Amino acid sequence: MTYQEISSFSQSWGLVFLVIMFVAALAYALWPTNKDKFNNAAKSMLDED
Amino acid sequence: MAYQNNPPVVNRLAQSLTTACLAVGIILAVIIAGKTSSGAMQFHAFIIIASFLVGIIAIFNLGARINEDGLEASPSGVFYNNTIVKYGVIASAFWGIAGFLVGDVLAWQLAFPVLNFDLPWTNFGRLRPLHTSAVIFAFGGNVLIATSFYVVQRTCKARLAGEIAPWFVFWGYQLFIVLAATGYLLGITQSKEYAEPEWYVDLWLTIVWVVYLLVFLGTLWRRKEPHIYVANWFYLAFIVTVAMLHLVNNASVPVSFVNPKSYSAFSGVQDALTQWWYGHNAVGFFLTAGFLGIMYYFVPKRAERPIYSYRLSIVHFWSLIFLYIWAGPHHLHYTALPDWAQTLGMTFSVMLWMPSWGGMINGLMTLSGAWDKLRTDPVLKMLVVSVAFYGMSTFEGPLMSIKAVNGLSHYTDWTIGHVHSGALGWVAFVSFGALYCLTPWLWNRKGLYSLKLVNIHFWVSTVGILLYICAMWVSGIMQGLMWRAYTDLGFLEYSFVETVAAMQPYFIIRAIGGLLFIIGSLVMVYNLWRTIRGDIADEATPENIDRAIAAQALGE
Repeated sequence: MTYQEISSFSQSWGLVFLVIMFVAALAYALWPTNKDKFNNAAKSMLDED
Repeated sequence: MAYQNNPPVVNRLAQSLTTACLAVGIILAVIIAGKTSSGAMQFHAFIIIASFLVGIIAIFNLGARINEDGLEASPSGVFYNNTIVKYGVIASAFWGIAGFLVGDVLAWQLAFPVLNFDLPWTNFGRLRPLHTSAVIFAFGGNVLIATSFYVVQRTCKARLAGEIAPWFVFWGYQLFIVLAATGYLLGITQSKEYAEPEWYVDLWLTIVWVVYLLVFLGTLWRRKEPHIYVANWFYLAFIVTVAMLHLVNNASVPVSFVNPKSYSAFSGVQDALTQWWYGHNAVGFFLTAGFLGIMYYFVPKRAERPIYSYRLSIVHFWSLIFLYIWAGPHHLHYTALPDWAQTLGMTFSVMLWMPSWGGMINGLMTLSGAWDKLRTDPVLKMLVVSVAFYGMSTFEGPLMSIKAVNGLSHYTDWTIGHVHSGALGWVAFVSFGALYCLTPWLWNRKGLYSLKLVNIHFWVSTVGILLYICAMWVSGIMQGLMWRAYTDLGFLEYSFVETVAAMQPYFIIRAIGGLLFIIGSLVMVYNLWRTIRGDIADEATPENIDRAIAAQALGE
């Protein structure tokens, strides 16, 4: 592997990797069945403790 | 799991094992003290021997104390470890004042060089890392350890994992600070910004940090809540990433086992890039992700409202950590670093604006419907203004990372101003807000000694910050413009010393701003101390202020 190969690989596939990660995070955050879990988590931290 | 609800006990095996490890440490330190030719390293060896001996005594004392203490369970039946958080609050206040003081001494030294006193130990070059390490690692680090220990217990409804381990983390970290700080003054440094301590202090911090990670993970493991609250994600990202950064950037070969000097595993531009990958992520994960953990717990808690959007907090988290890690190369614009890497650093820095502002909006909008609390609760005001400063400096940062802007701003005071709007406005203010919340909660007081004093602290420190950053904007941009000014004949118009002379008035304004900031934090320390003592000033509570406002409105 030369420097050229490594850098062009990371400059192209790095973008694909990061876009996939972003879509995954977005899907997790917006997934309808997760809604109740997130609402509970946001509220339960306000408990008396 | 039933064991969680039983009063804690100290494990005998853990006591013996920790003692054995400390004893091995003492033997190593004795050998180093005997063989080293460096006076400073010998001094460090003696500090280590003394603190490990005290540590061994403390381990056995801890067992006796926990079993005697009349521990009380919280309303949900958990025996929280509050004592360690109390120690953390006090340590944070102590190191905060120390770090701010050294910073202001440096500011006066820049304005009046005679204050260097011509001594090696008080020279700007040695005091500067003392200031940066004291405020970032000693003050910021203690705030992060204390709040993370508090938040992870409360949001998991579980006692902190281990009895000895959290204390090892706390005192081990203080030892790291003392070794680093005394090392700088005695001239021990590996000359890497924010990573100045030499190899043996780095090794010690690695051990402490791994135990910190284990304590945090162990507590998450014990949790009773099904979902891990988002503040803990930020804390965990901070702990894991700092471990990774520390290990990679400090990879070095010591001259010998008994010599403080070491040589980095990297050289040239690789060394520079590794350093700034570390340096910028120290900002991103130590000074941002960790303190966002504070924001996501203390702002909702203080406002008594859930976070504005939990979904946004998840997107904030993942996009922040995936973008931040690539932003480091913007510290190396127009250097030997390949052009594409510089552009990559710039692009990721600009993209970071989005998650940063998403987080800021999330923090601020948590108050929607409760904005009136800003009028009556100066602690909440401090927290909210810290989030506003976070927004301001995370806008300024991407702007400065753009190559054309960086050509003007780099190596000038503008950078110093930017760092301090983040450090004083965001990191310190959100920490002060957390300390103001924690003190009455931990010591079981109805409220703070005086909210009026919090208000005074807020205004004195805010004016101090504004003086500081405005002075640095003017002086930095002036400095950058003077450096690039050419005469008709193509010669540089100003000599370096002319730029320094032009900046002196702004140095003085900056030093005054810093002084105001210290005065504000001394007011806080007094307020916290009176709160711990159990005093209450007669004005104070939000209810009283509400009543006074209502009375005034009715009277008119």
